[in-house]
Amino acid sequence: MGTVNSGPETILKRSREADLLRVSTAGSVDDGKSTLIGRLLYEANGIYEDQLAAVRKDSARFKREVLDLSLVMDGLKAEREQGITIDVAYRYFSTPQRHFIIADTPGHEQYTRNMATGASTSDLAIILIDARQGVLIQSRRHAFIASLLGIRHLVIAVNKMDLVDYSEDVFRQIVRDFDNFSEKLQAPDLVYIPVSALKGDNVVAKSDRMPWYKGPPLLNHLENVRILSDRNLIDLRFPVQYVLRPNMDFRGYSGRLASGVIRRGDEILVLPSRRKTRVRSIAGYEGELPYAFAPQSITVTLEDEVDITRGDMLVHSANLPQIRREIEAILVWMDQAPLVPGKVYYIKHTTQLFKCSVTHLQFRIDPASLSRRDATALELNDIGRVTVQCFRPVFCDEYTKNRQTGSFILIDPLTHSTAAAGMIIERGRLTSTARPADTTVSPAAFIHRQEGAILNKDRGRLLKQRPATLWLTGLSGSGKSTVAYEAEKKLIAAGHLCYVLDGDNVRSGLNRDLGFSPQDRGENIRRVAEVARLLNEAGLIVIAAFISPYREDRAQAKKIIGEDRFIEVFLDVPLEICEKRDPKDLYKKARAGLIPEFTGVNAPYEAPEAPALRIKTGELAVDLAAGNICLYLKEKGFLEAL
Amino acid sequence: MQSYRLTNLDLLEAESIQILREVAASFERPVMLYSVGKDSSVMVRLAQKAFHPGKLPFPLLHVDTTMKFKEMYAFRDGFIKDIGAELRTYAFHEALESGTTPWALGTVKCCALLKTRALLNALKEGSYDAAFGGARRDEEKSRAKERIFSFRDELGQWDPKSQRPELWGIYNTLINKGESLRVFPLSNWTELDVWQYIHQEKIPVVPMYFAALREMIVREGQLIPLDGPIPLKKGEKPEKIMCRFRTLGCYPCTGAVRSTAATVPEIIEEIMTVKNSERITRLIDHDQDSSMEQKKKEGYF
Repeated sequence: MGTVNSGPETILKRSREADLLRVSTAGSVDDGKSTLIGRLLYEANGIYEDQLAAVRKDSARFKREVLDLSLVMDGLKAEREQGITIDVAYRYFSTPQRHFIIADTPGHEQYTRNMATGASTSDLAIILIDARQGVLIQSRRHAFIASLLGIRHLVIAVNKMDLVDYSEDVFRQIVRDFDNFSEKLQAPDLVYIPVSALKGDNVVAKSDRMPWYKGPPLLNHLENVRILSDRNLIDLRFPVQYVLRPNMDFRGYSGRLASGVIRRGDEILVLPSRRKTRVRSIAGYEGELPYAFAPQSITVTLEDEVDITRGDMLVHSANLPQIRREIEAILVWMDQAPLVPGKVYYIKHTTQLFKCSVTHLQFRIDPASLSRRDATALELNDIGRVTVQCFRPVFCDEYTKNRQTGSFILIDPLTHSTAAAGMIIERGRLTSTARPADTTVSPAAFIHRQEGAILNKDRGRLLKQRPATLWLTGLSGSGKSTVAYEAEKKLIAAGHLCYVLDGDNVRSGLNRDLGFSPQDRGENIRRVAEVARLLNEAGLIVIAAFISPYREDRAQAKKIIGEDRFIEVFLDVPLEICEKRDPKDLYKKARAGLIPEFTGVNAPYEAPEAPALRIKTGELAVDLAAGNICLYLKEKGFLEAL
Repeated sequence: MQSYRLTNLDLLEAESIQILREVAASFERPVMLYSVGKDSSVMVRLAQKAFHPGKLPFPLLHVDTTMKFKEMYAFRDGFIKDIGAELRTYAFHEALESGTTPWALGTVKCCALLKTRALLNALKEGSYDAAFGGARRDEEKSRAKERIFSFRDELGQWDPKSQRPELWGIYNTLINKGESLRVFPLSNWTELDVWQYIHQEKIPVVPMYFAALREMIVREGQLIPLDGPIPLKKGEKPEKIMCRFRTLGCYPCTGAVRSTAATVPEIIEEIMTVKNSERITRLIDHDQDSSMEQKKKEGYF
């Protein structure tokens, strides 16, 4: 809300342009989650004076020592008396940059369902860890559920730093512990922030009591984090919600676009009838629209009289969802009455509602160890993988591809309680129960690769080396490719099998569909990292030479490749030198405005903070630079059999 | 270049319309509670959009305590005529005839009869299975925890501890005969969003929201309007005060705030800098501990 000096029209305009971030929060009992959000609201002026006065009054009444900001969040009487949070509360505040909806979800084990509820509509999750307690089973469970529900941004707020004397060591230890666990989560964006919600350190303003922390305070991060949208504008999925027939002349089909774009004149296919027709008009309140896109609520009329009812889906005929009676899914069980395989439930999926039965419970997942357990039933708050037999076909996509058509709920036919939340996964992918340690947990990760009998160390023995990926990052013209190929030459000469992945050769083939926007750069790096991992698993040493300007992308690469195999090498060369070299005339073109988003000129380069190796090729000959890399591998034991 | 950007208001609108249609498609006898206030005005506009070019597929219901401001009644009748909707009204005549007023019984009992009991009677009388309300989660802390589709048992009671989990945009609409759902399409809207939408869509609202010189008495820091036969306490004298109403309720229990905001943009500017929540002027929220939660459990909106 902040200070406002400009006129109302300016305020209106700015507020219209601010986007919306939906955040969910989770923490264990007494992690101070409500206090943290209370603090955010308090300092961002999201609490009004009279609400604050009520908090002051309550603080005194419940004999709290300081002004207890958690009383703002804990809305229900029972919670305020017990000092715990028992249900999801939604809070709203705005800053000039963004509007925020915060779903405050409780951390007790028995309330996993509320956490899943809050996470299902969020872009980002804040997980609180008590600095004194470290990473608890609860913290892992929270991160797991957030990842399961498809949240791509995690913030680990290490709270109560005031009670550990603002110790950097304590913070670092928690980061290490959580990193070890989160490797398996495949959360693309993971950020750690040390805070004290009670004292206000690093919540809104940067704390001077933790000078060792170089990152932004929490609110600043929330305002600026670049959100990877889960919006799918490719696949048209329009579930018909309501047939609008006010008179004989108008027959419209209303609903909310689950994904994709629909245009006047589009040829569309109706499911399940498979009749084809065209979009005659998209009716808006102020007149017809030429096109509409997810997640808008719209009404369309069609060229032909086709029999369409609620529950049908309009799609493009060249891009169909899966049409299935049998679906595989991960269920989060939310009812007191346990899942009974074979029992009939209602399934609600998009706008369809009919009966189904859970025919097979494959396994239960232990959220703490991320391993799978045999199970004959799912109890309240259990998570498991099942097969669901629907009485009619559903039109669906995998949850990882489409949050709307990939999700469903089960409803108990007698009590009508919402019994489970389901996320659809690919059918028939191989699952391995042999190695629980390898069980990774984002929905995508329930896809398990078949494992052969040969272990990686067998290959390593054959090749007399330990695989690793040298990740060379630096500006264009910093000498990444030159150094990479020189190092490859030296390693091959010494009898070590290695391979160079280079920005230019990957982009001409594997990644030729990608541009240079931040999103595309991120995807470029993700694919390269996956290739590097495969080559590593084949036993090779990989030298990857990529500008990879974003810290976040490199962190993701590190996660994919594995912390112990990823070696970050920073070619630290000043921009002026790179620009003077300009081997491909790229800087000239960029300065002339011919290349948009060119790193160093009109796109940022975020230098590594603590690379394994820093090479100044501005001062060092290529031969020596490559030599340094080989030496590093030798010293760290990569050039000998395991 | 086509734009695929939606503003915050666009997103809220799309969500609300989905909710309105889901109810129309899933229930036999839905009804929209209409309280004449700004949130009702917005909710009605969203419903008009949801079913355009058709008319609203459900009636509006005004649970009338008969103690609303005169300007509210005038606005209501004009508004309903303009939009061509069907308005039903219900007043709890037995209670009114036996002398229910906040001065006679106190605000707690008065509300319990003329609002909560009256609402439950009206819903029962109409056999409505789903009722829209314009409540927003940012209004009050127990509302912050209520689902968008909020289940009520046969007696209209809310059980905050066993609410149905609500995931994605998938709403569980199943009920048994006699049970009902309260549905809140504006759950995720804030006071600011509501005003910005009123501005953007040019939605008519009761003129009492805009600042003007009005006859008021000052009582315990609250500005009480002289719109009906309010008993004056000793030493109280009406005075002309520049003020406006942030929320509208019954005239004995609704205070005004000092303000010069006479246009929608000025109101928006005021809200963005104001220090008190809108419900501070509603005397009934402060009458007992956890008062709103208690009222809601019993069936109040």
